[in-house]
Amino acid sequence: YALFTCTYKCLYVSGDSSSTTTGSASPVPNSYEYVEGGGYSGTSLQSPPTSVPAKQAPPFGYNYPTMHPAYQQNPAPRPDSSPSHGGYNPPGYQPYSQVLTLLSSALGGLGGVSELEAETLRPVNLLQERNILPPKYTPPPEPNLSNDLRKVNCSPDTFRCTLTNIPQTQALLNKARLPLGLLLHPFRDLTQLPVITSNTIVRCRSCRTYINPFVSFLDQRRWKRNLCYRVNDVPDEFMYNPVTRSYGEPHKRPEVQNSTVEFIASSDYMLRPPQPAVYLFVLDVSHNAVESGYLNVFCQSLLDNLEKLPGDTRTRIGFVTFDSTVHFYNLQEGLSQPQMLVVSDIDDVFIPTHDNLLVNLKESKELVKDLLNALPGMFTHTRETQSALGPALQAAYKLMCPTGGRVSVFQTQLPTLGAGLLQSREDPNLRSSTKNVQHLGPATDFYKKLALDCSGQQIGVDLFLLSSQYSDLASLACVSKYSAGSVFYYPSFHHVHNTAQSQKFQKDLQRYLTRKIGFEAVMRIRCTKGLSIHTFHGNFFVRSTDLLSLANVNPDSGFAVQMSIEGSLADTSLACFQAALLYTSSKGKRRIRVHTLCLPVVSQLSEVFAGADIQAITCLLANMAIDRSISSSLSDARDALVNAVVDCLTAYRANGSNIQPSGLITPAALRLFPLYVLALLKQKALRTGTSTRLDERVFSMCELKCQPLLQIMRMAHPDLYRIDNMTDQAALHLNESVIPQPHLLQLTAEKLTREGAFLMDCGSVMFLWLGKCCNETFIRDVLGYPNYASLPSNMTEIPELQTMYSERTRAFISWLLESRTFHPAFHVVKDDTSAKTSFFQHLVEDRTESAFSYYEFLLHIQQQMSK
Amino acid sequence: MAFTFAAFCYMLALLLTAALIFFAIWHIIAFDELKTDYKNPIDQCNTLNPTVDRVKKIKRVRLALKLVLPEYLIHVFFCVMFLCAAEWLTLGLNMPLLSYHIWRYMSRPVMSGPGLYDPTTIMNADILAYCQKEGWCKLAFYLLSFFYYLYGMIYVLVSS
Repeated sequence: YALFTCTYKCLYVSGDSSSTTTGSASPVPNSYEYVEGGGYSGTSLQSPPTSVPAKQAPPFGYNYPTMHPAYQQNPAPRPDSSPSHGGYNPPGYQPYSQVLTLLSSALGGLGGVSELEAETLRPVNLLQERNILPPKYTPPPEPNLSNDLRKVNCSPDTFRCTLTNIPQTQALLNKARLPLGLLLHPFRDLTQLPVITSNTIVRCRSCRTYINPFVSFLDQRRWKRNLCYRVNDVPDEFMYNPVTRSYGEPHKRPEVQNSTVEFIASSDYMLRPPQPAVYLFVLDVSHNAVESGYLNVFCQSLLDNLEKLPGDTRTRIGFVTFDSTVHFYNLQEGLSQPQMLVVSDIDDVFIPTHDNLLVNLKESKELVKDLLNALPGMFTHTRETQSALGPALQAAYKLMCPTGGRVSVFQTQLPTLGAGLLQSREDPNLRSSTKNVQHLGPATDFYKKLALDCSGQQIGVDLFLLSSQYSDLASLACVSKYSAGSVFYYPSFHHVHNTAQSQKFQKDLQRYLTRKIGFEAVMRIRCTKGLSIHTFHGNFFVRSTDLLSLANVNPDSGFAVQMSIEGSLADTSLACFQAALLYTSSKGKRRIRVHTLCLPVVSQLSEVFAGADIQAITCLLANMAIDRSISSSLSDARDALVNAVVDCLTAYRANGSNIQPSGLITPAALRLFPLYVLALLKQKALRTGTSTRLDERVFSMCELKCQPLLQIMRMAHPDLYRIDNMTDQAALHLNESVIPQPHLLQLTAEKLTREGAFLMDCGSVMFLWLGKCCNETFIRDVLGYPNYASLPSNMTEIPELQTMYSERTRAFISWLLESRTFHPAFHVVKDDTSAKTSFFQHLVEDRTESAFSYYEFLLHIQQQMSK
Repeated sequence: MAFTFAAFCYMLALLLTAALIFFAIWHIIAFDELKTDYKNPIDQCNTLNPTVDRVKKIKRVRLALKLVLPEYLIHVFFCVMFLCAAEWLTLGLNMPLLSYHIWRYMSRPVMSGPGLYDPTTIMNADILAYCQKEGWCKLAFYLLSFFYYLYGMIYVLVSS
């Protein structure tokens, strides 16, 4: 042990203001795993668990509501009595003491069931209760922690667990038949983030976990890890509190007060000097691309945002264009105009000159602007229809190799030349087949290999696909998937014929170019001993069991992690998860963003059910289903989703809640489970029987895999509001503007009326559906047209009118958009246009030709359960 | 007692199976290393230069992953030998593994070069566990067949 301590000190700047000496003594590590530190040590000391949070013991005699007898149809407005618990109390429930006793005895843990748990465990008969949708957005269930811990816990927008009560053992988890996993949005744009600069970043000596609010201080000098329970020393510097400028209060430091913090890392966390921000744009300039007119939009957008590109004085930029040849642009400072260099040897592509292809943005700004102005006009008369994407990517890789950075690829057709060429694999006749969908996986491993090479050199590749024809996104997306990039897809993009797409592309680019970016990043997820990581979902390369290598990290991507319980958590009452993201900011600073989530550990099955976070479960299941559909088949994945519901409800029934043997009983916490799974089955990614282009399906899969949770939920189960009769009742008042709060409606045509106007928010697209007899004042005041008949069929905006109606509507819509980073496309859909199918396909509770309605689905589940 | 072709086949198989056992052990170690990869920082600190050790480890894992194809070929080779020697029982005993190998290679991920393992999915806990189990099963199979070939060789030598 002594040996360990001393070698350890050499490698890790620890304690005692000895950082100057240790800094020089440490050998230069040459891998990130090494720098970021390892996971657990097998020999860590086992100490008794930390203090148990006081469980709330409510007065016995909470009124359990009974089943509502009627299958309610009316969305009677009801007061949202308990938004904070994520539940609501439908009216008309009478206390029913017999059920109470039955239930409590059945669920065990009778004394400890808190009021909150009782609400989430209230049995709901789905076949009888219709109005299960909460009237407005509900936050995820709060973990049952003491108030102090709850206050400092990580925000659910950043870090969520599918089960807010962690089961003690794998056996208990298996009994519940619910997936255990985490949903992360680690690099989210935050308005408030404590940034800590200190010489020593306090971490556990053995498991390398960062200090966090859930550690316990034994006394002034020592602290105990909450992940491996090793006792560590508090370094001297840590005793001083920079915020209050007082000494001797380590528990008041920002690291210990916030569960999301960012550290400025010292040179110990670097393998090389932090890289500058480097951006390379690889543009398709074949005939097809010129025809679609994207080049204009792109160049204009980049010109507008050139100043706002994240970076510092070292920022570098470069351009590569390609058709059947690859073109480079020499932008050396001092040249009168950009010089184009053509490489026609695409079988063995080489870099014509090593300097000046990636230039300092500041020094060559004029040339870059010249190029961007000239670029759209340079290829207007091209007859080149071939596309050599593979060679262009190889060139980009070679160009970026020495530095790393971000490559943005714009592609408008199937690559037809050189390495990585692809064939059309889609049979249009099979688009709506109910049988298996083929070709969901890549056709070649060229793009994957390239992505892995890129990832190794810290190059992230983002793909923009703007194509009207099949372009084999399943193969192309690999280049982004494994290099931690993102994929954007604009089906049938045309700058004139498809204005909605064009606007969306423009807005997305605006966000894409200006959003924060982290380079050469790694993310490690640590968790309490006994828990282990099973699978990761998202865009990255998994380097080690708990380490993700992210060449680029962007604020719009989310990750999902499947967990399993390897040991027993019986000797602890709290489980902690910590995600540490080490990255280089665009300003060349090495930073570590640390998120810590703490959850209680439970031993009762009922408590596991009570803490289920249904949205997180749905997202994790969606990720798992997509993996399954690629590795096995789509029908397998669909079956697995249905089985997930069936198994879980069977498990709940077997648990002893045999109050009402008929009907489909779920605990209130899981009442939306069947609905969400049905919504997933009707997603573009997973649906069968409805005509779906292969590329759109694959793109939908990509989105489900790498979007953050809220976005996935909006995609899967859009929010529907009636907005023609919004009132100021119960409205939000924010900064002098009044934001009306209409109720969420169920996604069924039954809720639509011919007199109304309905807003559907699907995350990346929004529909405003107008009934035939829609209120004329609404049309006039909000949309600016005299009547329904005069409305054009392709409106994509709400005009800014100075009427109360319009202001209220716009206030509501902009409030919906507030938290979103990408602007959704907006469509005004009239009841009689062909566009209405795209609206109606989102009404997931309704029956379609090939899919169940919600009620049928419930019956189907019930039937499966009774087997 | 005469040295027949069958006896020769058994002798060859005996030697090759020894090699296969070695491959299988290597395979198990490689996957174990992948799984427990750098989990123990103490281990790293104990060696003076941890990086050299790590590079060695990575090389070892890579080599083991490349040994898949030779292993399959060796197995196919002595199966063909047994076919020629008309040792039907022995061939029959090897059939399950042979068909497993063929199935495994047919259902490998899309790859341009030879190989079986995809670096992007190998860290998935299910696949890792499967590969480990596969290694142990193969080791057991090769060990048993080693003794069977020994017995077969002596039997052929004595009976003829």
